[in-house]
Amino acid sequence: MIKTIEGLRSISSQKKASVGFRHPGSKERDSYERHVLVCAGTGCTSSGSVKIADRLEEDIAAKGLKDKVCVIRTGCHGLCALGPVMIIYPEASFYSNVSIDHIDEIVDEHLAKGNVVTKYLYQETVTEQGVIPMNDTDFYRKQHRVALQNCGVIDPENVDEYIATGGYEALHKVLTTMSREDVVGVLERSGLRGRGGAGFPTGTKWKFAMGSTGQKYVCCNADEGDPGAFMDRSVLEGDPHVVFEAMAIAGYVIGSDQGYIYVRAEYPIAIHRLEIALKQAREYGLLGKDIFGTGFDFDIDLRLGAGAFVCGEETALMTSIEGNRGEPRPRPPFPAVKGLFDKPTILNNVETWANIPRIIMNGADWFASMGTEKSKGTKVFALGGKIQNVGLVEIPMGTTLREIVEEIGGGVPNGKKFKAAQTGGPSGGCIPASDFDVEIDYDNLVAIGSMMGSGGLIVMDEDDCMVDIAKFFLEFTVDESCGKCTPCRVGNKRLLEILEKITEGKATMEDLDKLEKLANLIKKTSLCALGQTAPNPVLSTLKHFRDEYVAHIQDKKCPAGKCKALLNYAIDPEKCIGCGLCAKNCPADAISGEKKKPHTIDTSKCVKCGSCIEKCKKDAIYKK
Amino acid sequence: MSSGKKTVPFQGTKEQEEQLQKVIAAHKGEKGALMPVLQQAQEIYGYLPVEVQRMISEGMQIPMSKICGVVTFYSFYSLYPKGKYKISVCLGTACYVKGSNQVYEKLQQVLGIGGGECTPDGKFSLEACRCVGACGLAPVMMINDDVHGRLSPDSVEEILAKYE
Repeated sequence: MIKTIEGLRSISSQKKASVGFRHPGSKERDSYERHVLVCAGTGCTSSGSVKIADRLEEDIAAKGLKDKVCVIRTGCHGLCALGPVMIIYPEASFYSNVSIDHIDEIVDEHLAKGNVVTKYLYQETVTEQGVIPMNDTDFYRKQHRVALQNCGVIDPENVDEYIATGGYEALHKVLTTMSREDVVGVLERSGLRGRGGAGFPTGTKWKFAMGSTGQKYVCCNADEGDPGAFMDRSVLEGDPHVVFEAMAIAGYVIGSDQGYIYVRAEYPIAIHRLEIALKQAREYGLLGKDIFGTGFDFDIDLRLGAGAFVCGEETALMTSIEGNRGEPRPRPPFPAVKGLFDKPTILNNVETWANIPRIIMNGADWFASMGTEKSKGTKVFALGGKIQNVGLVEIPMGTTLREIVEEIGGGVPNGKKFKAAQTGGPSGGCIPASDFDVEIDYDNLVAIGSMMGSGGLIVMDEDDCMVDIAKFFLEFTVDESCGKCTPCRVGNKRLLEILEKITEGKATMEDLDKLEKLANLIKKTSLCALGQTAPNPVLSTLKHFRDEYVAHIQDKKCPAGKCKALLNYAIDPEKCIGCGLCAKNCPADAISGEKKKPHTIDTSKCVKCGSCIEKCKKDAIYKK
Repeated sequence: MSSGKKTVPFQGTKEQEEQLQKVIAAHKGEKGALMPVLQQAQEIYGYLPVEVQRMISEGMQIPMSKICGVVTFYSFYSLYPKGKYKISVCLGTACYVKGSNQVYEKLQQVLGIGGGECTPDGKFSLEACRCVGACGLAPVMMINDDVHGRLSPDSVEEILAKYE
């Protein structure tokens, strides 16, 4: 049980050197000569990092290095595309695409003898001048980790390591030296806005819930449903205690003794780590009764989501925690007045929570010194799609899309041309290349027809059809609409039908007008954020890529060559050598021709599956 | 609750029922306990057929209509049994732009079943899911707990062959 700041600091001091050791150029020294940090986030686990960590431990033991080297399984380092990744300190050697076959050599050379195995390093760190620190590579240089500061550094299954980074000191500071108003004042001055999408000022939200007395609740939205976004998951997997600490601070401010974390059931690793972390926090008395001997009680329970996108909407989330169909409720009353179980409730998303203890410790001015005028601090983005460095990045607000895509992201692979970046998932919009230099913050993104959303950023290249992408998102929202209000339930379905007509080449220009009108109507009249934002992908692609819509309608062509109904496959007689491979693989028997002579495709039989293109070794088949 | 989907009759055992009753007893009277109970019931039986829903309804004194409403609302709950090997193809945005829908189509073709269905021998079931979070490996699918990444339609049959 930890009841005093001395108790907290005695744990901290035992581990401080060990955790401090894990930074490039650190002066700290640990009882172990070397630390091997293996990423055990979902991305790297999927590419086999658990086996690698197990194998490392076996090898280290077998080679008698157990007293010199320790293996730590951490959260996400961000560079998921090159997983599994691991970092060895004190050299801060960043190994990427690690395979089981590399382990033997890395243990023999690096861990036993201190010779870095350069050929297995992340090649961006290997220069003519020698090996450079990972923080000097394009991917990391412009990043600034606040919410993710512990991810990839500490062992998330060991609360002592969190405490060694200064963990739970913010809670102690708040409980022993600050009034509730002081805390809200700090948050307001810091300019922190909700990272879940809408960007509502966090301090203001808390203030609303302070007024009344009686039972209140604190909720954490960890139902990260936006496909392609995994920021919140990474925080939960890599630094779970920061969320507990922040929620307890909120509990003190609004006068609540119970918190709920609503986390997606699809995140088994995050749930597992949360469960371990909860147990450890309770054992230390950092959650539970009489925290730090101040008389303040606060505990947290987990609730698992069950795969409904709408439950990311705050009122739907609360309805779901209550054990019902996750349907949203009209606002007002806002949750701060009448929320979970009809009691005043505040709800913030994971990334927002992760910023709070750091703001309390470093001060409002520190936080407000980062970012733009109206959007302070940093934002975590999940980069995905057609981009070299798929992964997780945290950058100061105000960074441009060009910096994110070209510098940090390493550009579009395979020499293709950048077409658009999609932010905000099914609720957001597309940013075209012409807006490449807009500084990314809440207000600028809205001004160019997109939104921050929770932070998914998917890059698309010239092969992606923007009408098809709009249709893809709408299929998602139609599928996920809860059905409570008519504009969303019926309107979005009609919207989707018009888009289907367009991609099939059956639409008229009149349909385009209808599409736009209906989209605006749904935006204005839907009950919750899901419906109100569902037409955004349509409206933003219409705004920036109207010519593509027109090409589908008037010329019956899909310029990107994606929409099947508008494509025909053909064989270039100049290139075809008549090998017959395409005809053999055609499931519809649509290809014919004599051996060693150019073949032809019967378009009436062709099902446009594309298997002939894949099989042709001469690139003789094309779409027109 | 009839549908054209391929499925098998309910074959719950006594042991499973005992486990379920324990779960119900542990949560009885707790606020908002229905979803945790349904989640654990699905872990016990693998799915939530009407027979299981009825046991929960009686045990927790919650009307069938409400239970059925909750079960059908969330995609995580299944009314049908899953195969020995549960295949989930990610149709999240990052996977979609990298062609996961072609992989999904190919699987339907190879297995001869549609999304949400199970092969008659009970071996494979197929479904689409939204983002498993392994966007660095896109396009991906999961077979039970294994993640298979960087897929192409051509690689599908080879992967399936590993599952006996």
